[in-house]
Parts: sequence; C-alpha cells; structure tokens
Amino acid sequence: MKILVPVKRVVDYNIKVRVKSDGTGVETAGLKMSMNPFDEITVEEAVRLREKGAATEVIAVSIGVQQAQDTLRTALAMGADRAILVLSEESPEPLAVAKILKALVEREKPELVFLGKQAIDDDMNATGQMLAGLLGWPQGTFASKVELVDGRLEVAREIDGGTETVSLTLPAIVTADLRLNEPRYASLPNIMKAKKKPMETLQADDLGVDTTRRLTTVSVSEPPTRKAGVKLNSVAELVEKLRNEAKVI
Amino acid sequence: MSEREAMDFDVVIVGGGPAGLAAAIRMRQLAPEATVCLIEKGSEIGAHIVSGAVIEPRALEELLPDWRDLDSPIQTAVSEEEMYFLTETKGHRIPALDRVMPHLANHGNYVVSLGEVCRWLATRAEEMGVEIYPGFAGAEVLIENNRVVGVATGDMGITREGEHGPNYAPGMELRAKYTLFAEGCRGSLTKRVMAHYDLRKGVDPQTYGLGVKEVWEIPPEKHRPGLVMHSFGWPLDDRTYGGAWLYHFGENLVSYGFVTGLDYENTWLSPFDEMQRTKLHPVFRPHFEGGRRLIYGARALSEGGLQSIPRLTFPGGALIGDSAGFLNTPKIKGTHTAMKSGMLAAEAVVEALATDRVEPGSFTQRVRTSWLYEELKSARNVRPAFARWGMKAGALYAGFDAMVLRGKAPWTLHFRHSDNETLQPASLSEPISYPKPDGTVTFDKLSSVFLSNTNHAEDQPVHLHVENMPLWKTVNWDVFRSPESRYCPAGVYEVASQETDPRLVINAQNCVHCKTCDIKDPAQNIDWVTPEGGGGPNYPAGM
Ligand SMILES: Cc1cc2nc3c(=O)[nH]c(=O)nc-3n(C[C@H](O)[C@H](O)[C@H](O)COP(=O)(O)OP(=O)(O)OC[C@H]3O[C@@H](n4cnc5c(N)ncnc54)[C@H](O)[C@@H]3O)c2cc1C
Ligand code: SF4
Repeated sequence: MKILVPVKRVVDYNIKVRVKSDGTGVETAGLKMSMNPFDEITVEEAVRLREKGAATEVIAVSIGVQQAQDTLRTALAMGADRAILVLSEESPEPLAVAKILKALVEREKPELVFLGKQAIDDDMNATGQMLAGLLGWPQGTFASKVELVDGRLEVAREIDGGTETVSLTLPAIVTADLRLNEPRYASLPNIMKAKKKPMETLQADDLGVDTTRRLTTVSVSEPPTRKAGVKLNSVAELVEKLRNEAKVI
Repeated sequence: MSEREAMDFDVVIVGGGPAGLAAAIRMRQLAPEATVCLIEKGSEIGAHIVSGAVIEPRALEELLPDWRDLDSPIQTAVSEEEMYFLTETKGHRIPALDRVMPHLANHGNYVVSLGEVCRWLATRAEEMGVEIYPGFAGAEVLIENNRVVGVATGDMGITREGEHGPNYAPGMELRAKYTLFAEGCRGSLTKRVMAHYDLRKGVDPQTYGLGVKEVWEIPPEKHRPGLVMHSFGWPLDDRTYGGAWLYHFGENLVSYGFVTGLDYENTWLSPFDEMQRTKLHPVFRPHFEGGRRLIYGARALSEGGLQSIPRLTFPGGALIGDSAGFLNTPKIKGTHTAMKSGMLAAEAVVEALATDRVEPGSFTQRVRTSWLYEELKSARNVRPAFARWGMKAGALYAGFDAMVLRGKAPWTLHFRHSDNETLQPASLSEPISYPKPDGTVTFDKLSSVFLSNTNHAEDQPVHLHVENMPLWKTVNWDVFRSPESRYCPAGVYEVASQETDPRLVINAQNCVHCKTCDIKDPAQNIDWVTPEGGGGPNYPAGM
C-alpha cells in the first residue's frame, strides 16, 4: 500500500500572530514556519504503518511556495520515502489543494491519502472531505486510531462525547485528530540523511488544475481583549457586582 | 553512550549569531573544500537573538564586500542622534555628542533587527556550503586526550524525571578537527571549556549587563527612520550602570530597551521594571503613544572588554564573539567585533588545518594586530571607571578619556568583583517601588513573556539547575530575599509559601535564555544548561 501524505507549511504553533494594521489579514512575514502539527501526526502514522509492514511507500507532498521544501525535508527526516513539492501561491484554498491532490492521486495511485483534519493557520477542516468527494472515495475523518484489518481500514473517529469506528474499503481518505499518536522528533542524523532523499518539484499548472481563488476575505480582526479581573473582598460585594454591573442576577 | 551516531567535520561551530556565521562564511571563502557544520539551539537562526541594534558595517564590509547588492535587511541608516541625561522629570540633552562621546557617534551605521541580519547571513553561508542545523543545542563538549574533538547535541525526549520517554532520540556527536564556540554572552559550553583549560587565569572577572527589549509599531506620522536615542541617569541611582535606548527603524518599527549593569548592588532592583518605568519619562513616552507593542525579549551582554577577555584558544578550538567577550562597551556594540573575531578565528583555523596543528594559536596574534584590538584597547577604561566611581563621575572620566586621552591612557583600570559578588543584603538595600503597569505603555512580566513566543517541551528535565536547595534558602532567601525573582526578566523564579516555608518554584518553560541567573546568582548555585533543542524564545522578524 502506497500512502500519500500532504503536509502544509504554516506559522509555527508557538508564534502569537497579529493582524496586519490594515486589517487585510495576518502578518506572516518573517515568522517562524513549521509543519502543520496535524500533518506531523499523519507522517508519523504513515511511517509507523510502513514500519509495521502494512505500507510499502510514504510519499510526502506539499503545495505552496518554494520554502515548503523545508517542511518536506522534515517529513523526509521523520521517515517519508520521497517528496513532491507543487509550487503555487502561499496557502492556496482547500478546493485548489484538493484538486491538485486529485491530480497527484491519479499519477501516483496511492491507496491511502492521509491528511491532517485541518491546518492550524486557517482551520478550514475541508481539504480531506473535498478530496474524498472529488475522488468518490470513502473517508474516515478525525481519526484517533487507524488499523489495517483484512484489507480494510478500521478508523476510530473522535465524535461528540465518544468515538465511532468505521471500516473503510481501500482506496480511502483518512484525516487525523490530535490523539492519534505523538509524532517522533526529526533527529539530527535523520535530518542529515533526509538531504539525500528524492524531492521532485512540479508547477500547479503542470497538473492542469485551475487554482483561481473563489474565496474573498472581507476583514480580519483581533479577538476583543479580555478585561483584567478584579479581586473582591466579600461575597456581598460579589453579589452586588453580579447584580448591578454584570446584571446576571 | 555508544548508541549515539557521530559525524566528522573539519570545523564545528556552536551558535548561529554574528560571530559563528561570520566564521562559517570566512571558512568556506578561504578553504572551499573544508566541511563546516553550524548548530543553533534556537528553533531557527535568529530565534534567540536579542540586540539593539545599531551596527557598524566595518566587519561585514570585509567579509562580504558586495553586501549592499545582496538584498540585505540592513536598510535604515542612522539619521539623527540624541543622548540624554535623565532626572525624574527632565531630560538634559548632551550637546556636541560627537566630541564628548565620540564612541557614540553613529554616522555610517545602521539600525537593524540583528535576528534578521543573522537569518540573512545564514542564507549566504548555506549558499556557500555551510551545513546549518537550527533546533539543536550543543549540550556536551567532547574532550579526548585533552583535546576538544567536537560537541554532542542533547538527547531529545527525556522525561521530567530524566528517563527515556516514548519518543526518545539520542543526541549526536559532531566531531571536528576544530570547534569554535560562538554561543554569545555566557555560553554554557564555553563555561565548561574555560574551566577545563583554565582560560580565565590572570584576566579580570567578566562583568555583564542585562538588556530587556521591546519592539513597537508606531503610527507612520511619528516614525523618524534612523533616529537613535540613548539615556543615562534616572531611574538608576548613581551606583548602578545602565540606561535606555530607543531606535526608529524598518517599517514604522521602534526598538526600545534598557540595559542594567549586572554589578548592581540593590537586591530589590528589577531590570524589567526599570525598563518599563523608563518608558514613562517625558523623553520617551511620546514615542509609544498610539503605538502597539509587538515583541518582547531579554539577553545579557558581556561588558568587561579587553581586561576580561580570556585566553582565546585551546587544543582543538577557540572562543569567538561574545562568548569570549569582544563587545565594545562604551559603544554598546558587539556585532562588528563578534564578526571580526569569527573571521580572524577562521583564518587561524585554516592555517592550523593546513599545518595540522593541535591549537589554532595564531588567532590570538591575529586579534592583537587587528583593528579589533585597537578598538577594545582604547575603550578599555570606560566601563571600569563607571564601576569604580559611579555614573556621573564615570561619565566625566569617559569624556576626559575621549577628549584628552583619546583612549590612550597609560593605565588600565581593573574590575575587582564578579557580578555575583556585588549584591547587598536585603536589610541594607533600599526598597524600590515600581509603578503598576498601565496596560498601554507599561506592562507586566507575564504578558511580556507571552510576546517572546517562548516555549519548552513540557515533559523534560528542568534546565535551570539549582545545585543546592538548602543553600538557596540560607543565602538567596534569608539574606537577599530571592533576587532571582526580580532580575529574571521572564518570571521563571517565584517563591512559594513565603510566610511559612519559603520554597523556590522554577517555571522553566518561561525561560528566554538571557543567562542572567547563571551570572548573578550570589552563591553561583544556579547553572543554566541547554534545554531540549529548539526550546526557548521564538523571536520573529523585527527583533
Ligand atoms: C540588549 C542588547 C543590545 C545590544 N545592542 C547592540 C547594538 O546596538 N549594536 C551592536 O553592534 N551590538 C549590540 N549588542 C551586542 C551584540 O548583540 C552582540 O555582541 C552580538 O550579538 C554577539 O554575537 P555572538 O555571535 O557572539 O553571540 P550571539 O549573538 O549571542 O549569538 C549566539 C548564538 O548562539 C546560540 N547558542 C548559544 N549557546 C548554544 C549552544 N550550546 N548550542 C547551540 N547554540 C547555542 C544562541 O542561541 C545564539 O543564537 C547588544 C546586545 C544586547 C544583549
Ligand atoms: S531563568 Fe535565567 S536565563 Fe532564563 S530568563 Fe530567567 S534569568 Fe534568564
């Protein structure tokens, strides 16, 4: 089984982003970028499947700007076998990504496309589902456990108040939730070795996909700042505040 | 430790600041076939760099003569310069600055984000074939047959209790013919090397300052690109060395910060709060009004100068940049000197490689015959004068030194104390009352640390080793009332149960790697070691 693992380059989760002063978006220039944390989880899971003998090859793919090759190098250092970089604009929208992935699926013929449930920059949570729709493949989203049983994929899904297990025929789409695993480090020896692993670069246009934007961002604003708390001295004071200031009782 | 993998290089450089990067570039220029590996503990190059920074392009000019054509982030030329002596309510502007304080004359210099300059230098270095690995800290010096043979990176995935976690990945040995330590001020491996080879024998103790910095974005109509301001005097007393800086640069950005000499005496002093309250002074306040704060960080700098520079080489390597203490304190500039020292060390290493020498000993001679030495020599008496006679008399001496002696005094003033020896007991120190943060111009520590983007993987051993807890109680608490809870600019140290059973709480995940605790702890009971690689602040562009 070949596994295709899309990985996205996003602003590192440690960085507190800020809204551009003109409100058109979030400032990303000069910020540390890393692999989307959900994608680290899918790389890990795919590599584990290969290590267990359930998969034969793990192909990491990233769609974005040239620097996304750093993200792919990380995937290679974590254990992916080879990488494909599809050059396009920065952070293309989910439908464009799904179409590009569909084209790659037709070329690479994987039996599993393993995506993060969402990217932490725009939190869209759409690409996996769209790709399943475009390909007409079954999907197991929000996976917290994935097992290959008699040629089918058993996927435990995180749903409100519990888990649901679905059994998928292959080929299939799976999107990972946070609890699926704890990804390994890209260790220094493996980063060094990853430099020698193959990486192919394509243009989005070469795949014959129209990536024109359909979404418009109207405005972006910071969440309102929370007012500092106050310390009260007595219950009576609390009741007074709740009644007269907060007007909740 | 046999499970560790190893790799051989001609040169390994620990630290990706100006010194390490300049050394790496020089190495490949002079010996294109030499293999050069550079590691950086920050998650990327520049992630741990805090500086002013007004930089002198002198060393860069020598390293990359065509730097102006290389799309550099060195863009804001210094345009105006102001120096103030502050009293609580007034600012007295020093006239004829270029004569009284010629070391502060900044014509031809640039205001930059040093982190960005480092990222740019790193790209040049990689283009030239240097292998750069950010996110990996040098955790151990490898010494065999009394020769440094490289460093090992730290293990990853060790739990808080010190055991191998599920993701444990052993560190790696980076073995080298020559190892250059470019860790900046108070390097943790440099400390080990200095002790092992007794490199500080016969030189003055190093003395340090702590710089606490903020970057602001201000309304365009207020922005005066290239404006450079400094102050001394209020809010520090005459016994305490330090002052503020404020630079306008880039796109509506302001770099503001405050340096406090770590030889301060009053245990109640808080460098963070000195920085905050100085913003309220009428000389500075207008610059912040209507602006927003973007970044916060802190870092110590070496202020000892020439008298405090240790022996520079040892079998298998050398100390460069602020690790050795090459900062020019009266100028408050260490970037050009760090770069120059890295370049000279690379030249010495190339020579040693060719002749298969154990120690790149010609480095010391190369320093002695360069402008770097001349510069530090003429600056050598200024900082010790402040240490001896206080700020006002020290400033007078500095003026006398500049105008009459022209840095050629026939004497050399020495430092008598290490910074950990200068603190006065709480009972003898006068309490300081700092104003409460107003949330628009001044802020508290925690909301500040948030803007350093610092992070350490939670489940790992505490990287601030308090060697002896009972000693903390009898010295730090009983005598000094926990100075670390005030000097630490990141709120790492807190004292719990002060009334009943005082205990030191260490919030190690907040640490911004400034190194102050390692320097100032009275009993030298705190040892800063590298946490898991990639941990620490993530300073963005602009810092
Ligand atoms: C507040 C402040 C203001 C300053 N203002 C100016 C100014 O206006 N102009 C000027 O020219 N200079 C200024 N300086 C001085 C200047 O920033 C330093 O002299 C210069 O950065 C020193 O360069 P360096 O390469 O030696 O060390 P650093 O710049 O400190 O770089 C050291 C690097 O090594 C890394 N490192 C450390 N230990 C390890 C390890 N064990 N393993 C891996 N990596 C490690 C660090 O993370 C860091 O990236 C200022 C300094 C400070 C603190
Ligand atoms: S713990 Fe030490 S090194 Fe870390 S921020 Fe505080 S004083 Fe600086």
